[in-house]
Amino acid sequence: MPLKIVPDNTNIGFVKLRYLAFALTLLLTLGSIGLLATRGLNLGVDFVGGLTMEVAFPSPPPLDRLRGEVGSLGVGDVSLQEFGNARTILIRLPLPPGDQAAVQRVVAKVQADLKGKYGNVSFRRTESVSGKVSQELIRKGALAVLLSMAAVALFTWFRFEWHFGVSTVVALVHDVTVTLGFFALTHLEFDLNVVAAILTIIGYSLNDKVVIDDRIRENLRKYRQMDIGPIIDLSVNETLPRTVMTSLAMITALTAMLLLGPDVIFGFTAAMLLGIVVGTYSSIFVSSSLLIALGVKPKIEPLAKKTGPSINVERARR
Amino acid sequence: MLGFPNWKVWTILATLVLGVIFAIPNFVPASTLRSMPSFVPTGTLNLGLDLRGGSYMMLEAATDDVRKQKLDSLEETARTELAGADGGPVKYRDLGISGNAVSLTVTDPTTLDRAVETLRKVTRPVGNLTGQRDVEIAVVDGNRVTMTPTDAGITSATNSAMEQEVEVIRRRIDELGTREPTIVRQGDNRVVVQVPGLQDPSALKALIGKTAKLEFKLVDTEADPAEVAAGHAPAGSQILPFADQPGTVAVKRRAMITGDQLVDSQVGQDDNGSPAVTFRFDATGGRRFAKATQENVGKPFAIILDNKVISAPRINGAILGGSGIITGNYTTASANQFAILLRSGKLPVELKIVEERTVGPDLGADSIRAGSLAAGTAVIAVALLMIVTYGRFGVYSVIALVLNMILIIGVMSVVGATLTLPGIAGLVLTIGAAVDANVLINERIREEQRKGRGVIASVEVGFRDATRTIWDANSLNIIVAIIMFLFGSGPIKGFAVVLSIGIATSVFTAVTVVRLMVSRWLTSARPKALAI
Repeated sequence: MPLKIVPDNTNIGFVKLRYLAFALTLLLTLGSIGLLATRGLNLGVDFVGGLTMEVAFPSPPPLDRLRGEVGSLGVGDVSLQEFGNARTILIRLPLPPGDQAAVQRVVAKVQADLKGKYGNVSFRRTESVSGKVSQELIRKGALAVLLSMAAVALFTWFRFEWHFGVSTVVALVHDVTVTLGFFALTHLEFDLNVVAAILTIIGYSLNDKVVIDDRIRENLRKYRQMDIGPIIDLSVNETLPRTVMTSLAMITALTAMLLLGPDVIFGFTAAMLLGIVVGTYSSIFVSSSLLIALGVKPKIEPLAKKTGPSINVERARR
Repeated sequence: MLGFPNWKVWTILATLVLGVIFAIPNFVPASTLRSMPSFVPTGTLNLGLDLRGGSYMMLEAATDDVRKQKLDSLEETARTELAGADGGPVKYRDLGISGNAVSLTVTDPTTLDRAVETLRKVTRPVGNLTGQRDVEIAVVDGNRVTMTPTDAGITSATNSAMEQEVEVIRRRIDELGTREPTIVRQGDNRVVVQVPGLQDPSALKALIGKTAKLEFKLVDTEADPAEVAAGHAPAGSQILPFADQPGTVAVKRRAMITGDQLVDSQVGQDDNGSPAVTFRFDATGGRRFAKATQENVGKPFAIILDNKVISAPRINGAILGGSGIITGNYTTASANQFAILLRSGKLPVELKIVEERTVGPDLGADSIRAGSLAAGTAVIAVALLMIVTYGRFGVYSVIALVLNMILIIGVMSVVGATLTLPGIAGLVLTIGAAVDANVLINERIREEQRKGRGVIASVEVGFRDATRTIWDANSLNIIVAIIMFLFGSGPIKGFAVVLSIGIATSVFTAVTVVRLMVSRWLTSARPKALAI
């Protein structure tokens, strides 16, 4: 007999927990905003412009000494960061004033200096992004995130009802904010890859919510006598095995990517992994329960009016 | 739901077989592929620069220069056209550029109409529907004529300049002998250059970053050397620096001849056997060059590249035959570079590098290794999870998952899509999406079974109800992927490509193919109960 990760016929009262969940969500969101405001994001050259070199040394270099050495070349503020392992260092420099020839000179200077002092170093990657381009990348990235959210809201509105659109977008805003907060907290580099991850989180989290929304709509039609609270509980419980199973599969795949995958996309994978966890949480606890607060009602349902506003009704299903 | 007409079965099988055929070239060594007959598909996945190593550069043209050049050439045109106007030269004064227009004052008001008529003849229509012209000619204050380039005119000039930029860059990179460079125009005024396998982009940048505008101008011998040293040029002259020595020289503003009509340039040797650069004009250029040198025998002239004087030799005699040699302190390498620049033509406007990414080959190789290891592990881990959870149905979804991977590779090979590092991550995510479809179906079947439905009914209802949800979820994901593709840049685009292809193929494999397998099993084994 195949294994069952979630037992049959669960009956967990998610709706009952909703004020707790709302409070936690609010806390997480505000905390993330606070972190973003105080610590800020460690924006990569993609978004602030500048010069990055990924350099692999034969043995782990002493960071303080390296910082001093590169700094003494007169190439501006140096920032160093270990990248994946202690031998690989990411050197960040400001873009030198002037044209591309100046950038080239800086790169050549640093390369020659490091080769002279550390011997067999390999320059794995060099990136330079001008201020103008980085601003465009920020704008395009933000636009992509906002447009996806808007598209999602419109789609769920047309496909379901406006309540679903609102609750989904609220939960998505939470997912994205918490992910951003995580990046503010860890100061992992925030680059274009991470924006791609955020877009994916939106897509995935959405998937989760649509599956549950789909079930809620189905049950609203099926059980016209039932109140909205129990219907939501029933729907979330019915879809729980699927939610857990899919999240587990995703987490498995992403963990493999995080542990074994290339260092360059570590931030990307970390963002995605966190996003999946947060997205699953918000699908189960937040977006569906939010429907009650928004006052979604079973269609063509005379009984609902007699029992008063559905927000006050929280009777158990049985 | 479970009945499959024969044509459907064949279509599904044919699709899968095609997918496999198109995916195969990716797993065959390139040498074997080359020896295959032409009808065998040999297209493979393009690996992005982040995976194979190489240089990416985004160059931006200064579009303001286009307007400036247009104004300069308008001024020149006005001068020559009015001098050669029908019915005798038109006299004018105060010809010059002010703001966005070239203006002049006609000395004799009776010739005003003739002046306007003459100038109007040189304007060209742009955007053939609107009837708009590239330059607007107006009369102000009675006898003052202004020539203003229209926005449409500037746009069309920018467009043709950019087309030329791409062409010139392509010629220059081809000269370097690098393999398969991609050079594409992006937006209004940008060019993206990608050269795989190039580790040290400095040679490439030296070639791309030069405008290579070659001019021959007479040296202004009457200029006061003290004034020149102080930077004051006499009227009609300009002061230019030397390319490889300190000091400046005053030259006439008007070029005797420019490099536009060059047809060839090679590395040669001067009389001492040092490297030098030879050049050759086409027939008309050669005649003009001969005439210009003949008229100025005994005078020094300056050979100018990108507003820097390379050398200023004396014209010893008329240079006939349209070819010549430029000497200087060249090494063979620098002479070769100069020759490449000259024969590939000048860039219409200057280009600046605004974004540059270079990935070394070892990082690329590391990424491929780590990426495939991670993707492989992910597939195996998810496969185990599915089989343990859903038994036989889990095995079906794993088969579908593998077919899905093959299809994605096949489709990407056919359309020539590029696999980037985020693309590999997209592949991993697709595993998730594909599995999700099967999870939805399997969980529905379990639910229906619990409700006491029979085997066939459970499976039918399970597939039917889950399919609706799968469509909802995947159409949303497609929307997000399209937005990513349209508005994203670089890595986001690479990710979106894999994701969109993956969404399409995963619905096909996870829903259709699995349903086919299940229906075959149900009809042949006729199980009494489902172990799911």
